Amino acid sequence: MNNNQLKTMRDAFIEAVYERMREDHSIFFLSADLGAPALDKLRQDFKDRFINVGIAEQNLINVATGLALENYVVYAYAIAPFITMRAYEQIRQNLSISSQIKPLNVNLIGLGAGLSYGLSGPSHHCLEDISIMRLMPNFTVFSPSDWKLAKDFVDYSIKIKMPKYLRFDGKPLPLIYGKIDDLILEKGFYELLKGKKVCLVSTGFMTHRALKVAKELQNVGVIDVFLLKPVDENSLFEALKKYEYIITIEEAFINSGGLDSLISKIFRDRQLNVKLRNLGFNDKHVFEVGDRDYLHKLNGLDEESIIKLIKNL
Amino acid sequence: MERNSKLSKKLKEKSVWVRKETLNIHKIAPDTRLASSLSDVEIFVTLYYGKILKFNPKNLQWEERDRFIISKPHGAISLYPILADLGFFDKSELKRVGQEGSLLGGIPDSTVPGFETINGALGHGLGVACGVALGLKNKNSESRVFVLLGDGELNEGAVWEAIMFAGHHKLSNLILIVDNNKISMLNYCKNTIDLTPLQEKLRVFKWKVRIVDGHNIKNLYKSLKVLKEDKSNYPKVLIANTIKGKGVSQLEKDTLCHIRVLKEDEIINAIKKLNEQ
Repeated sequence: MNNNQLKTMRDAFIEAVYERMREDHSIFFLSADLGAPALDKLRQDFKDRFINVGIAEQNLINVATGLALENYVVYAYAIAPFITMRAYEQIRQNLSISSQIKPLNVNLIGLGAGLSYGLSGPSHHCLEDISIMRLMPNFTVFSPSDWKLAKDFVDYSIKIKMPKYLRFDGKPLPLIYGKIDDLILEKGFYELLKGKKVCLVSTGFMTHRALKVAKELQNVGVIDVFLLKPVDENSLFEALKKYEYIITIEEAFINSGGLDSLISKIFRDRQLNVKLRNLGFNDKHVFEVGDRDYLHKLNGLDEESIIKLIKNL
Repeated sequence: MERNSKLSKKLKEKSVWVRKETLNIHKIAPDTRLASSLSDVEIFVTLYYGKILKFNPKNLQWEERDRFIISKPHGAISLYPILADLGFFDKSELKRVGQEGSLLGGIPDSTVPGFETINGALGHGLGVACGVALGLKNKNSESRVFVLLGDGELNEGAVWEAIMFAGHHKLSNLILIVDNNKISMLNYCKNTIDLTPLQEKLRVFKWKVRIVDGHNIKNLYKSLKVLKEDKSNYPKVLIANTIKGKGVSQLEKDTLCHIRVLKEDEIINAIKKLNEQ
């Protein structure tokens, strides 16, 4: 397979879930009327364990909870802003609160992180999910940057019997982790490029942007944070402390509990000051019409703007 | 026949006892929702002492148990004495409800032995029960899923997502009991969102419906037994017509009884009246 082959996270993930479902009859896959090419085969071959609950995200979470109470491993799949925000109280009461008493293995797959659905406007944008899902006790928040990482998460999702939120990009993206064989998933991050003075810390789609920026400049480090909760904070600090400037980049609202807050907290806990810049979306929804790159440009998240920022440090 | 009337008598006596115990709990924990916990007393008594439910206090995760999801747990203070009596937890806990560090709070949750789920926020229980029912079917289990819902709770949209789902998926092992006490916090449900005739709405959504006087032990027992044994391919619902605050006259008369806190002398009088029955 060509290492640059484009593929969606959802298809890679669902293909791997399909293989596990053949062996393991305790896995259910639920969808709120959302499809994927890889899902066609799954719903055909596992008619008794694939359920389309209809356009009903609240019931999606509730039915998933009930199955998990009966010790099933459940995947619940819907569009990212709807599975998180439409069903937020269901997630809170039935998964976050409940799992503190009885752990429930429900894996929420939110498709269309950030501005994956840029053209569909602010109802379909998902700039809140990192913050609001990170604050839920007992949740794991996974934000992969490529489909290999997504696929590798399947085993982890079965093994860790707690609720999780999986934040998948909506578009096919090239591989990042194709040749990397020393990744430890539990650490939650990977230093893709070692730099000297400046480090870009990013998650999801923005890691592709960070890599492009770093390629244009000399000695800029790139750290991809894919477990936004829990992340191995000590190891992440060890990786970060050698840099003078840290720039966080996320396709999410900033100053509200996202990746930027996570990095600030790591330094704050150690009573250390660091020169930190946070890139993302400010306190406004995005109504402008255009593709993802255009919308990024309007918000200073394009390559050119980030390069300029680094040069002016 | 004689056995049945003996059972009815026992269940009636238990119901009076549960009401008194619930009032005693309200005395030490005035934040508990008393009126909501009095309309469903006969429902709880029949399910547990009438042995409609299969349960094992010594093995809470017993695979063959029936699952009971209480979607209106604020109204399940009256289940505390029953669970204590049946050995789910120590009876001394009934004297410490709401006190620092005690097991039992104002809204029961799954930290309390005998409660399967976290509810509290209304409108979730039926959807969760649908998932449990699906899981049990997948395991070819004979266990049933019982759900208790308040009628006011039927205003929540998520309940209707679950009603549609259960009907469509023919969840025949699911038995919903609606505690139809006709009053939510501020007013009669009928004046807020009129859902009458509820039975017709549920039938249209492919449910099998029975209606019963929720304080008539004999009929309640019969209805629950029939629904439990009914293997037809429908989810089943029992609309139990009840009175909010049943057994305490000043609550029965008060539309705002949901948040009513009784004073100590009112509680003593109410218990006295129950003793005279």
